[in-house]
Amino acid sequence: MNEGKKDLSDWITTINREIIYTIIGLAVIIPILLGIKEKVQISPAVKSAYESIESLNSTDVILISIDYDPASMPELQPMLKAILRHAFGKEIKVIMMVFWPLGLPIGTEGLEEVAGEFGKVYGEDYINLGYRPGDRAVMIDMGREIRNFFRTDVNDVLLDTYPMMRDIHNYNDIALIVGLEAGRWGEYWIQYVGSRYKQRIILGVTGVMAAETYPYLHSGQIEGLIGGLKGAAEYETLIGRPGFGLTGMAAQSWAHIAIIVFIIIGNIGYFMTRRKERRFRIEGRKE
Amino acid sequence: MKKRVPLLITFITGFIIIVSFFVPHRPFGQLETETLIWYAIIFAFTLVIGVDSLVRLHIKHIRKRKKGWWYSIVFFAGFFYCLTIGIISLIQTPNIFQPGTVFFYGYETILIPLQATMFALLAFFVASASYRAFRARNIEATLLLIAAVIVMIGRVPAGYKLWPKLPVIANWIFDVLQIGAMRGILIGVALGAVAMSLRLILGIERTYLS
Amino acid sequence: MLQIISVWIAGGLTLCIFSFLYGDNPVYKFAEHLYVGFSAAYWLIYVWHFTIKQMVINPIVAREPGAWMLIIPLFFGVLMLSRWLPERYSWISRWSIAFVVGIGAGIIAIGQTQGLLLPQLRATILPLATGNWMTNVNNFLVIIGTVSTLTYFYFSRRETGLMSKFSRLGIGFIMIALGAAFGYTIMARISLLIGRIIFLFGDWFHIIKPL
Repeated sequence: MNEGKKDLSDWITTINREIIYTIIGLAVIIPILLGIKEKVQISPAVKSAYESIESLNSTDVILISIDYDPASMPELQPMLKAILRHAFGKEIKVIMMVFWPLGLPIGTEGLEEVAGEFGKVYGEDYINLGYRPGDRAVMIDMGREIRNFFRTDVNDVLLDTYPMMRDIHNYNDIALIVGLEAGRWGEYWIQYVGSRYKQRIILGVTGVMAAETYPYLHSGQIEGLIGGLKGAAEYETLIGRPGFGLTGMAAQSWAHIAIIVFIIIGNIGYFMTRRKERRFRIEGRKE
Repeated sequence: MKKRVPLLITFITGFIIIVSFFVPHRPFGQLETETLIWYAIIFAFTLVIGVDSLVRLHIKHIRKRKKGWWYSIVFFAGFFYCLTIGIISLIQTPNIFQPGTVFFYGYETILIPLQATMFALLAFFVASASYRAFRARNIEATLLLIAAVIVMIGRVPAGYKLWPKLPVIANWIFDVLQIGAMRGILIGVALGAVAMSLRLILGIERTYLS
Repeated sequence: MLQIISVWIAGGLTLCIFSFLYGDNPVYKFAEHLYVGFSAAYWLIYVWHFTIKQMVINPIVAREPGAWMLIIPLFFGVLMLSRWLPERYSWISRWSIAFVVGIGAGIIAIGQTQGLLLPQLRATILPLATGNWMTNVNNFLVIIGTVSTLTYFYFSRRETGLMSKFSRLGIGFIMIALGAAFGYTIMARISLLIGRIIFLFGDWFHIIKPL
């Protein structure tokens, strides 16, 4: 036995974390600096989400729930902007509200930016309700009257002051709910509003949550599902307006390939080590 | 007073919510609305409890000069900075969360970079962990590994370039193959949650009172 | 000017957090504590603005019918903080906790039954002879996956023979689901890193076009 002398299996099972970090960093940085553009394939789940908004017309109102904060911003903010561009492009009116306490400023920023692009007027074309505590309680009671919880908007102005809100009282007046979710609120929308009030819902969720949300898509409780940055890139493709999602796709590809290569190397090393150990055991028995 | 009243409150409030679901008309509908509004207001104070605990912890660190106590001063620097710009903005404008306010600048300058980067760090750790721990040790681990790799490569443009069927397979895993297990897990958790809720309402589960 | 200073501070703080890759260090700890302190105060502003002001004070000032009653939940909310008082008084916070727990339990019992259990069980009752063999196979896999997973959760310890084999099949489905979830999780983490890199090279260094 050559103890102390490192062979190939030892090398490839003990790659330093610094090397891994550097390669992952480069795999993300290089495609972004080179400005590599990638096309994405549209998945049925995102296509359905797109179709849900596409089916609406200018008399319809959608409710967008900002249930994320800066930690999930790179995944969900592009979805927010793409959906807003789609909705405002079709003259659909938008109500925004927030359940994740730290999410309001980024939601407001996204809403104001896209509303500005389309020349939309606050109170006539869109409204920002702000945040309320008690998530599920708010969701349930908004089915009776939105004003029970939101007598004013985020600016402290009574809802009835705004022309857009005069005829909007509960879910009967809202065509579709769009939940952008980094936590459990997506499930709450499904369970407490979708099931109870038969409300149409589409969800945009972080990659972490995507897999567990699919059963709701399969059961028809949501009409569409946009998962992670890839989902955002797909939606951007569908509306023909590239944004953050598509910009990040090349980096996403490179980083995934790097990680897969690491997994393969790790497994080759594992099997080589196992074979070596087995050989040593057999040799040991012979001796 | 100490145990019976809370148990009674839990029972009555839980009962109101359940009954008003089946009988949404007066008086239960109205009662439910009032109860839900009250719930939201009280619920907001759970956030205050969290803040309160943090403040107390850091005061203790500073008082006792615990190791790294000066980080607690940094905590208070961040705390009072946010509080100050929040109060100034509240005096100036009704919507302090609007881009352009001092409060928004504070959020954009401090909160976004710190929180977003903390989670971005995980990209490196997850890559390192995948290399070290993702091993095809047995059939179960191999299934996990194969599913993860197909999803990783099938959900990015590189997968399509490699083999156009890869995204289709990745979609099939999500739409069919993993649905059963995820659904089973969801149902299992829901059964547990409903059972626990009923135990709480009926006063069998009382640990929250301790 | 304010914008430039803001971006530089944000960029500096981003690097402070990234320094953790090198190991735990004072710069990272500084940034971490700053974050916790800032968000704690942020929550307080939220509670004041959206709960105390918008939900309690504004309706009372506007003299809405019955609005004065809102002082009661506000009082119960403040009572929650009495858990820090000596034992002689702290028990009073249990009333508020009991209120939140009772309503929360009621909401969960209804929501999980109507919104999860029933629709998910209903969605598992799928036809196996649709005329399209692919649909039949897919439906079969969903049914088998759900039932074997539940079998694994509820019967795996006690059962032997066929039942244990079936629950082992459940483990297989669970592993595929966890693998899919893990693959997506890696994707999510990389996306967050992409977000920060685009900020650093776009908004801060202006090497690429900011988004």
